[in-house]
Amino acid sequence: MSFEHPYLPQTDQDEAAMLGAIGVKSVEALFEPIPDELRLKKALDLPDHLTEMDLKDEFQRLSGKNQSTGKLDQYLGGGLYEHYSPSLVRHLLNRSEFYTSYTPYQPEMTQGVLQAIFEYQSCVCSLTGMDVSNASLYEGGHALAEACLMARAKTGRNRMVLSAGINPQHLQVLRTYTRNLDTEIVVAPLAADGRTDLAALKALVDGQTAAVALANPNFFGVIEDGAAFAEAAHAAGALFIAAVEPVSLALLKSPGEMGADIACGEGQSLGIPLAYGGPYLGFLAAKMELVRQMPGRICGQTKDNRGQRAFVLTLQTREQHIRREKANSNICTNQTLLALAATMYLGAVGPQGLKEVASQGGAKAHYLAAELAKISGVKLSYSGPWLNEFTLDLGREAGPVLKALQAKGILGGVPLQRWYPERKREILVAVTEVKKKAQLDRYAAALKGVLA
Amino acid sequence: MSEEKLIFEKSAPGRRASTFPRLDVPALADGWLPASAKRGTALGLPEVSEQDLVRHYTRLSQRNIGIDTQIYPLGSCTMKYNPKVNEDVAGRDGFRNIHPLQPDDTAQGALEVLWEMEHWLSEVSGMPAISLQPSAGAQGELTALLVCKAYHDSKGRRPRKVLVPDSSHGTNPASASYCGYTVETVKSKADGTVDLDDLKPKITEDVACLMMTNPNTVGIFEKDIRQVAAWLHAVDAQLYYDGANLNAIVGLARPGDMGCDMMHFNVHKTFSTPHGGGGPGAGPIGVKEHLRAFLPVPRVRKAADGTFSLDESEPKSIGRIRSNTGNFGILLRGLVYLKSFGGDGVAEIAKRAVLNANYLLALLKDRFNAPYGDRCMHEFVLSVSEQKKAKDVSATDFAKGLADLGYHAPTIYFPLIVPEALMIEPVETEAKETLDELARVLIELDGEDPAKLHAAPVNTPVGRLDEVGAARNPILRWKP
Amino acid sequence: MSTPSDRLYTKTHEWIQVSGGDAVIGLTEFAVHAIKDIVFLELPAVGKALEQGKPFGVIESVKAVFDLNAPLGGAVSGVNQAVADDFSALANDPYNKGWLVKVSGAAGDKGQLLDAAAYDKFCAEEQH
Repeated sequence: MSFEHPYLPQTDQDEAAMLGAIGVKSVEALFEPIPDELRLKKALDLPDHLTEMDLKDEFQRLSGKNQSTGKLDQYLGGGLYEHYSPSLVRHLLNRSEFYTSYTPYQPEMTQGVLQAIFEYQSCVCSLTGMDVSNASLYEGGHALAEACLMARAKTGRNRMVLSAGINPQHLQVLRTYTRNLDTEIVVAPLAADGRTDLAALKALVDGQTAAVALANPNFFGVIEDGAAFAEAAHAAGALFIAAVEPVSLALLKSPGEMGADIACGEGQSLGIPLAYGGPYLGFLAAKMELVRQMPGRICGQTKDNRGQRAFVLTLQTREQHIRREKANSNICTNQTLLALAATMYLGAVGPQGLKEVASQGGAKAHYLAAELAKISGVKLSYSGPWLNEFTLDLGREAGPVLKALQAKGILGGVPLQRWYPERKREILVAVTEVKKKAQLDRYAAALKGVLA
Repeated sequence: MSEEKLIFEKSAPGRRASTFPRLDVPALADGWLPASAKRGTALGLPEVSEQDLVRHYTRLSQRNIGIDTQIYPLGSCTMKYNPKVNEDVAGRDGFRNIHPLQPDDTAQGALEVLWEMEHWLSEVSGMPAISLQPSAGAQGELTALLVCKAYHDSKGRRPRKVLVPDSSHGTNPASASYCGYTVETVKSKADGTVDLDDLKPKITEDVACLMMTNPNTVGIFEKDIRQVAAWLHAVDAQLYYDGANLNAIVGLARPGDMGCDMMHFNVHKTFSTPHGGGGPGAGPIGVKEHLRAFLPVPRVRKAADGTFSLDESEPKSIGRIRSNTGNFGILLRGLVYLKSFGGDGVAEIAKRAVLNANYLLALLKDRFNAPYGDRCMHEFVLSVSEQKKAKDVSATDFAKGLADLGYHAPTIYFPLIVPEALMIEPVETEAKETLDELARVLIELDGEDPAKLHAAPVNTPVGRLDEVGAARNPILRWKP
Repeated sequence: MSTPSDRLYTKTHEWIQVSGGDAVIGLTEFAVHAIKDIVFLELPAVGKALEQGKPFGVIESVKAVFDLNAPLGGAVSGVNQAVADDFSALANDPYNKGWLVKVSGAAGDKGQLLDAAAYDKFCAEEQH
């Protein structure tokens, strides 16, 4: 064994002893079952291996080409937010008994992960006002898709009525998931104030509707009237799905209080790094009567044979390893470690802290919006209530403005044009608790300068 | 050992584990939100000090195990060592703190990572077109099947069936159902391979795809795979390769060369990323040229001047399978791992994985029933059905006996075609002594008093759990 | 427990006791013994139409799921709510107190069903 590597412990002596025990002369003999014509003959077009020092240099070079939140003041939202994650979260998550652990199918040895999942589920239920949560899904878009499929399974109906305020990426994921399932997806437009046009919504809900869904706050930052959605859905025998932003739940009416049947969303803002797209955390919670339609793993409390309280993955007959083609979902690997991170974050900030994160972000966002709106030609697109994300009309094409701001070290927002090609002048601006007044003033001054 | 209280049970009103700076702008004005939109119920979150929070989760971690503490011989899971340099790289500010919606010119390093990962995966698999989007193997399977359906749709064809071996992982048929396909099972022969006589007549024009893994679930190489591919291609059906067992052949053989049209990778299996107690993972897919146009968006592009970008303009794409670019942090770790082996080293992974598995099998086969013979690839299956009949000692009893000795069990009761199955995958990162010990322990357990095994485990923080009660009377959250 | 001779059986371990146009359906002792600990039982609503050989409900243990298949067609006229609430009647007395559904207008191909002796023989063969 001439290739030395820290993750390959087999020495020449080991190899000789093992081959002897097996009864073959060489390792090559063990690959005899592979027909010769299938064996790779040419060298792979890949560079030679790097040892750890060189690996670090190589990836330092690559990471150096990215402008992180430390290098640019960024005001990007769109469902993913820059929040402060207390140091303790990263330290606890780095404990390798957590992160190098497998799914806790042997519960006697893995009560740590199981109890943490149970605590996560409890937090999600409390925050959303629901009865049961699963142990995570991939991300917010996946959670929306699974929520709709739950409604489809429960009602036997095939039509989804969604507010135009739903995150467009999440909607795209839903469309992809339901491409081959005879599912009709219709979208109710927003009214002038940025909230869903309720009359239009009601007109779309019919006897074939499985679910009615809103986002709160919606993609454009505006806060919706959930009770009206609940009424419209239930009157037609449909389920009401509330896609919510978890930090905002500290201040805003919860899905449970709105009368939702299912709550879903993206949990990245709970102490999880932005990390250019993932891994993130899809959360899904529902009323108890929907538990059998719920996808993914669920942890339950029970007793062991010594009479102690203990935790175990339960209701597994919903899942793919038992139901196979009749399973609610195909999900196996989920996002457990991120669920743990979120639980640690929620414990770190506590109820008081979460309220502070939400309200500080809101206060800073409102301050910034007011400053920006003072600039001639700039105004908020919507008059509806909002928390810490707002849609700003720049009065001219957004692309060049954002580029000019970027040159000044500011990523001013996400251009709406990215998903809504006709909306060339508007950007989505998010502000969180991490911003200082000086940064907000700098943004306002920079924009004023660019637009002058 | 005593119970560990829940974090909520350690809570006291007024305690904080973190505080924030004072607000430096005016607070939200009264009436910024109508009363009807305000939250009216308590948050129900714990109130603990920082020390108590840290102590709580540290203690929970001590009631848990991971690869860093012991071998996990779980067949089909490829529980290899999770390298620490991967964690250091992923923790770098330039990778950790970048927003996926940032302009492409501010994330060139991240895009280059994605571009490179596509290239490495393409080379080791022989599949020219890669999508890094899917978040896990199951989502990769789903994505590939959606691509397959889009391909057939584009040709005006509507085959409705997916064929799946009876030894397959549950995600295979579950993913097929998600796409609106019906699932038909193909039998395995006594030697564990797909029964070609059962398969061939089932390959009709109504078949969209056959999902296979190679080596298969019982660790045997499907040597007739190219013949199977030919039969499928004759009716324009696709061959899907489940990449869960790639560890057996990586660097030595490639699914693309076997006639496979599509496949998924399990980055958290073959490419060392941590399982995290159940996730996250990543399940990128690879496809042949005729399927490239249907892959999800966004795509990673490299311009002539060397700059990278994300591009959503793919008219035939199936659309987004997830928000943003995929589990970037996991893909990054996988790339670090691959670069640590290089083109000159990847084959060593498979060689030693297969060596380890055959060695462990050699140590156990005289004592345990090995239904598929003396040789295997990277994993093998034992059956303890004789022990069940003779002494009422089941696969579960072996698992609990192992727990008492500090070992995590192998995969049990899978695949479904083997009764009282123990599926064992010793991975290449395990030293010979570890395998010797595991074999010794399993043999010792085989001679153990059945009563002792039925009572096991007694050395773990908790004993056997009342799973019936947990399912009959579900308690799924804490209530104050 | 011996297999009652006053009813017919399916190869999927359901029994049906027909009297006139009505019938009672349940699970056999063999099935209940194989499932061991029942954790969940899903029974149809009164009025639901049953199709011979097709699933009409579900029974689950911790690790497995089994369809309940209709031995004959008909319409559900009664459901044993007591068993749905407490599985012990089904586990201990599957042929009497553990009945599952009552059916009216029971009809279908009785040739597909087994009598007690044939069912016992079938079970003995399945165990090998």
